[in-house]
Amino acid sequence: MLDRLAGRLGPAALLLPAVALLAVVFVLPLLRLLELSFSDPAGAATPYVELLHDPIYRKVFAATAWVAVAVTAITVLLGYPFALALARAPLRWRVILFACVLTPLWISVLVRTFSWMLLLETNGPVNRLLVAGGIVERPLALLFNQTGVLIGMVHVLLPYAVLPIYAALVRVDPALLRASEGLGASPARTFLRVLLPLSMPGVATGGAFVFLLSLGFFITPALLGGASSITLSMLIDGFVNERLVWPLAAAASMILLAATLAFLAMAARFVAPAAVAEVR
Amino acid sequence: MSAVRFAGIGKSFGAFTALHPTDLDVADGEFLTLLGPSGSGKTTLLNICAGYLPPSRGRLLVGERDVTATPARRRNMGMVFQSYALFPHMDVHENVAYGLRVRRVPASEIARRVAEALRVVRLEGFARRAIRALSGGQQQRVALARALVIEPDVLLMDEPLGALDRQLRKEVQLEIRRMHLARPRTTLYVTHDQEEALVMSDRVAVMRAGSVVQVGTGRALYDRPADAFVARFLGESNLVAGTVAATDGTTATLTVPGLPHAIAGSAASGLAAGARAVALIRPETVRPEAGGLPARIVERVHLGEIVALRLVLGNGLELWCRRLAGTDPAGEGIEIGWDPASVSILPDAA
Repeated sequence: MLDRLAGRLGPAALLLPAVALLAVVFVLPLLRLLELSFSDPAGAATPYVELLHDPIYRKVFAATAWVAVAVTAITVLLGYPFALALARAPLRWRVILFACVLTPLWISVLVRTFSWMLLLETNGPVNRLLVAGGIVERPLALLFNQTGVLIGMVHVLLPYAVLPIYAALVRVDPALLRASEGLGASPARTFLRVLLPLSMPGVATGGAFVFLLSLGFFITPALLGGASSITLSMLIDGFVNERLVWPLAAAASMILLAATLAFLAMAARFVAPAAVAEVR
Repeated sequence: MSAVRFAGIGKSFGAFTALHPTDLDVADGEFLTLLGPSGSGKTTLLNICAGYLPPSRGRLLVGERDVTATPARRRNMGMVFQSYALFPHMDVHENVAYGLRVRRVPASEIARRVAEALRVVRLEGFARRAIRALSGGQQQRVALARALVIEPDVLLMDEPLGALDRQLRKEVQLEIRRMHLARPRTTLYVTHDQEEALVMSDRVAVMRAGSVVQVGTGRALYDRPADAFVARFLGESNLVAGTVAATDGTTATLTVPGLPHAIAGSAASGLAAGARAVALIRPETVRPEAGGLPARIVERVHLGEIVALRLVLGNGLELWCRRLAGTDPAGEGIEIGWDPASVSILPDAA
């Protein structure tokens, strides 16, 4: 009965409620924001000109991009071996490792970020361990700077890199690895020539996820970063909540949106949503 | 000299024995097929030979070398996988060249040897094709070229024709056979298809439940199977159960309830008077014979050039008879017989 109904109406009809909701709560406000960004009394394009020319704002853009690139690189480098372990582990271990990836996703970002504040403070456990272990002489400044932002964001975003890479790895036919070995290849060569290239769609997808999420990330940089590491989303927050300059905030949001869309357009060639959708 | 020697090779997974201790010799340049139903241990034996699976016991010798503990990548064996396992991100040329690049063969020689290998499998002009742009049969040939180009000491094939349609399979069987005869190479071939085994092999090892039951030429296995299992697995067979009346070691007679005479035939080893046994009467040896056993034709199956007749004897016993189309007797009633020399009396494989 339900099948018949779905068959007659087609997938388009099933998507309708979601599309309608998005139109009302997402697309309409976005259009309003676009309108707002051109509503400066001093001239329609003034906010954009100000944002793109002021060296301070340009520094923020650069810092945002740099954090996003660094976080992406670190999560992929940490996530790949983890995903590989996940793909290779016997079933019992795989369940435990999966829990390690997924449980953090279910805990509020705010809670996780506050936890990092406790861990990273000058007299926190991380610094005490480093000093006690003789690795450093004096406690490191791990909080309210870029280091803190990177640590926190890598932790929060790691699952978004691990899961697509894992999905790509388990799709690689194990017979290919045996074929490579049988043809005389060392484990390192098999990895570099067969497994790594075939898992690149997962790396690209995971990397793009992390990069895009990093670009607009707010809570973690806001809490763990300092005045020296302001990102675009913190800037927008400042415009709205402190300076009450809505046109500037709207224009900055539009620039972030444009950057995101531009990146998506570039990445569309390499990123395969299918790699995630078709997990076997 | 044997090229490959399995000496007491066995494999267990926990309490499950996949392969009982097995002795098997493959001669230099011989094409030996491991034939058996799924779960008979044939792929286990192949994977142990390739080095993908460590044996639980026994030794594996290639030439004079003990390779039991040698990793797969140092064994110089060419493997053709059931799924072909071609690298999807490389073109045909790169797939075939892979094993040569690993061996650091100079570029000019790689080009020459890859071209030669592609010529042998009749894929000239396909070097720059993507793997996914090839048909199943072409992919199978690329896999073969990739295994052959490294000049392997042993060629291993794991049901490589399983994914091809029937017509193509027959062609490739003959092609592989011709290639083997032109350039004999020690080959271990795994299949569950008896026709494939008979067409291509110098010898066939029939496997069952983790053991090699019988090794021999296709002809020998067909004419003189060791037991009823082998008889049933190779070709069509009538197996008539009875009791051994007498045996002198080379011939035997079998008493069958309801038949006027005992069935005479060659005796397989392990027969004793009074034991239960079966008589193997191949359907093509059953023929109309005036004054023979009276039978009724209850079914005719046309198989093209052959007609299969299902016969019921007076005692209810069923026999299949295969005649060339056009030579099959008309009508329902028939008197039949067979040549005792073509009959084998076999121990009943429980």
